[in-house]
Amino acid sequence: MKLESKSPEGPLAEKWTKHKFNLKLVNPANKRKYEIIVVGTGLAGASAAASLGELGYNVKAFCFQDSPRRAHSIAAQGGINAAKNYQNDGDSIYRLFYDTIKGGDYRAREANVHRLAEVSVNIIDQCVAQGVPFAREYGGLLANRSFGGAQVSRTFYARGQTGQQLLLGAYSALNRQIANGKVKMYNRTEMLDVVVVDGKARGIVTRDLITGKIEAHSAHAVLLCTGGYGNVFYLSTNAKGSNVTAAWRAHKKGALFANPCFTQIHPTCIPVSGDHQSKLTLMSESLRNDGRVWVPKVAVKGLKAKDARSIAEADRDYFLERKYPSFGNLVPRDVASRNGKMMCDEGRGVGATGLAVFLDFADAIKRDGRDVISAKYGNLFDMYKQITGDDPYEMPMMIFPAVHYTMGGLWVDYNLMTSVPGLYALGEANFSDHGANRLGASALMQGLADGYFVIPYTIGDYLAGIGWNDKVSTDHPVFKETIEAVNSRVQKLLSIKGKKTVDEFHRELGLTLWEYCGMSRNDAGLRIAKKKIQELRTEFWQNVDVVGSANELNMELEKAGRVADFLELGELMVDDALDRKESCGCHFREESQTTDGEALRIDNDYAYSSAWEYKGENQPEELHKEELKFENVKLTQRSYK
Amino acid sequence: MKITLKVWRQKSKDAKGEFKTYQHDHVSSDMSFLEMMDVLNTQLIKKGEEPIHFDHDCREGICGMCSMYINGQPHGPLQTTTCQLHMRTFKDGETITVEPWRAQAFPVIKDLVVDRSAFDRIQQAGGYVSVNTGGVPDANVIPIPKKIADEAFDAAACIGCGACVAACKNASAMLFVSAKVSQFALLPQGHAERKERVEKMVEQMDSEGFGSCTNTRACEAECPKAISVANIARMNREYFSAMVSSYEVKVGGGE
Repeated sequence: MKLESKSPEGPLAEKWTKHKFNLKLVNPANKRKYEIIVVGTGLAGASAAASLGELGYNVKAFCFQDSPRRAHSIAAQGGINAAKNYQNDGDSIYRLFYDTIKGGDYRAREANVHRLAEVSVNIIDQCVAQGVPFAREYGGLLANRSFGGAQVSRTFYARGQTGQQLLLGAYSALNRQIANGKVKMYNRTEMLDVVVVDGKARGIVTRDLITGKIEAHSAHAVLLCTGGYGNVFYLSTNAKGSNVTAAWRAHKKGALFANPCFTQIHPTCIPVSGDHQSKLTLMSESLRNDGRVWVPKVAVKGLKAKDARSIAEADRDYFLERKYPSFGNLVPRDVASRNGKMMCDEGRGVGATGLAVFLDFADAIKRDGRDVISAKYGNLFDMYKQITGDDPYEMPMMIFPAVHYTMGGLWVDYNLMTSVPGLYALGEANFSDHGANRLGASALMQGLADGYFVIPYTIGDYLAGIGWNDKVSTDHPVFKETIEAVNSRVQKLLSIKGKKTVDEFHRELGLTLWEYCGMSRNDAGLRIAKKKIQELRTEFWQNVDVVGSANELNMELEKAGRVADFLELGELMVDDALDRKESCGCHFREESQTTDGEALRIDNDYAYSSAWEYKGENQPEELHKEELKFENVKLTQRSYK
Repeated sequence: MKITLKVWRQKSKDAKGEFKTYQHDHVSSDMSFLEMMDVLNTQLIKKGEEPIHFDHDCREGICGMCSMYINGQPHGPLQTTTCQLHMRTFKDGETITVEPWRAQAFPVIKDLVVDRSAFDRIQQAGGYVSVNTGGVPDANVIPIPKKIADEAFDAAACIGCGACVAACKNASAMLFVSAKVSQFALLPQGHAERKERVEKMVEQMDSEGFGSCTNTRACEAECPKAISVANIARMNREYFSAMVSSYEVKVGGGE
């Protein structure tokens, strides 16, 4: 298989414009003859479904939640980047491009990243026109703030609920198309397989989560907008329902999976409180604008937040400010996370478990006053207090890193098409724009860029190419076979009747990955993880207990299917981490570091995106490499010192 | 902590439901309410019983999916979502009663899971600004006073959980609907369609079987996002103004 990125030729800044002109168009009168399936209704899915409906295509959209408005994009707090340069502080499309490609540690495609920066400005215009209530200055114009890794203020925000407001904007656009009859919405419906006929994606098979009915849907093209796979770690900041199933099923039907080991660990999350912990809560990274991260210089066992004031200023180690004087507390996420973990490994962590560091607002409150801090972070402070019982106005927060975002995902070309023709992946579900590390406030930007401003152009090229009568009905034998396969898998899960719950398997998988394929990785550990995951997977299919039946709302069954897929993905993550013997971005290989312990990238050997091809049950996957060519930026080792 | 739970169990929409009592002896005060339910469910599964079904997703108080009626209050005793409620709020040895949202327009699907699709249909009736993707003006073309933008935001913060309906003795959806109507009535972007919007959304709300508002303000008291009943007043004003001045004046009565 040859990977064709389809990145357009020509100067960087003209690639997208030229490409748009070269793409084939579908005649307006013919658009209504095409059907498109959109799976997932987060920022990418809702914006794509709405925009395609507006253009005149017939769209079927699916979400497993009870309403499209619940998709996990809703939980994004901090903001969305755009190269508007409203602040007159030296921002530009090129600078956003440069920051993103550098932040991703040079493991993303130049053309994609530049396009993302270009359309970022349109996203803000679009959202404001929809009535998204962004933060504003007293003069009535839009406010901005700076965000981790950037030295300009280009982040637009809506208090600490930016994702919610952007998603409700996209949801409203989606609702308008549902009302217009251009989008048919299927709530509480989960996609369980892709149907591929003669090498093209022709539809999907779904399960109605209330009745259990397995059904087929056919279309000219299928868009997977199904988010990331951070929940493979069991504990993450993802919603409980977030899963890899749609992407993984597509992978097993021929779509390559790229850079699976690139998982972002977010530095500012609320620490784990016990074995019952079901998820981790992120405190927005914007907090690092005003909060100072520290631990005691000398270990103090079990130091509580309320006793933090007893540590004198001279006895505190503001380790990020000390080690990275120019970026200080605003170093990128991976650097902040790894350094936090190092403090805890040294025994200087705080809290009952010693697995936390302080994030202190005392200086900011003294400088700006409580009201200013409250206006910026009030809801985050409230949330923190709600969960921990501690008041961050009175004492420092305690934070610890947690899995937050997955840069890896389905491999897509410049048109967002996977290696299966007619099958697209948008938003976090694809791998395309963030390289080995995503900058803060860039996830919302990418989800909406893909849905509002990329796919409406690129899909037309494919559809015009195949023609509207090139469609396969659900009576086709391959649809029947796929339904059969999905049904038998459901029955298999229910028939095992073993001794361990789905969650027990999931937790074990998560712990293994966190230990060996988390913030730092090495060859020996990864090999242990691979063996453990294989054993766990074998055990799962012999010893899982899924109660209830297939023909009703059965949340254990839903979880079981998702965990079964995570158990396969986990091994691929480990394989990918084993292959990449360099440190880059989020991926810290202990064998590859500089003399002062910073990540060491090896561009001569690893300037590629890895794209894995499924080769059958229990067969090793085949690695394809997409070489990354950098024509515009010079590769430098990241330094935030 | 040890607690006793009385939980509404109902196999399906049309099945007869009943309360079942569970003794739960392994509760930590740091657990969220949903984590307490997770642990109970694991115990049930180990005994070969079906776990208690409840809706939940983000578990950080923003998706609006969780929906339990706890000790006679939607989302329990605090003004927060159930996922943000922690067991330290309850007393050791306490008996806690858990029910689904109770409203005709929110039929029970199973146990504590209800069907809130009526909310989606109300939004589809007009909860949007009719702009297509592309072709919109620069975001800073229309300055919006900060005070107005903030007030619009307060209304837009609604998470669509349905606690307002569950709290209301009439099962009225006025707070939910008025939050969206207010957001667009306040912002200039929403002005072009403000009349049709309020008419259509109210019409849909009525057809879904939600009750009327009798100003008890239970909705505001229970709303986890502190949506104000001032929005209801604004919606009433918008509605009245639309009825007397819209292009398609509808004259009620006599049908």
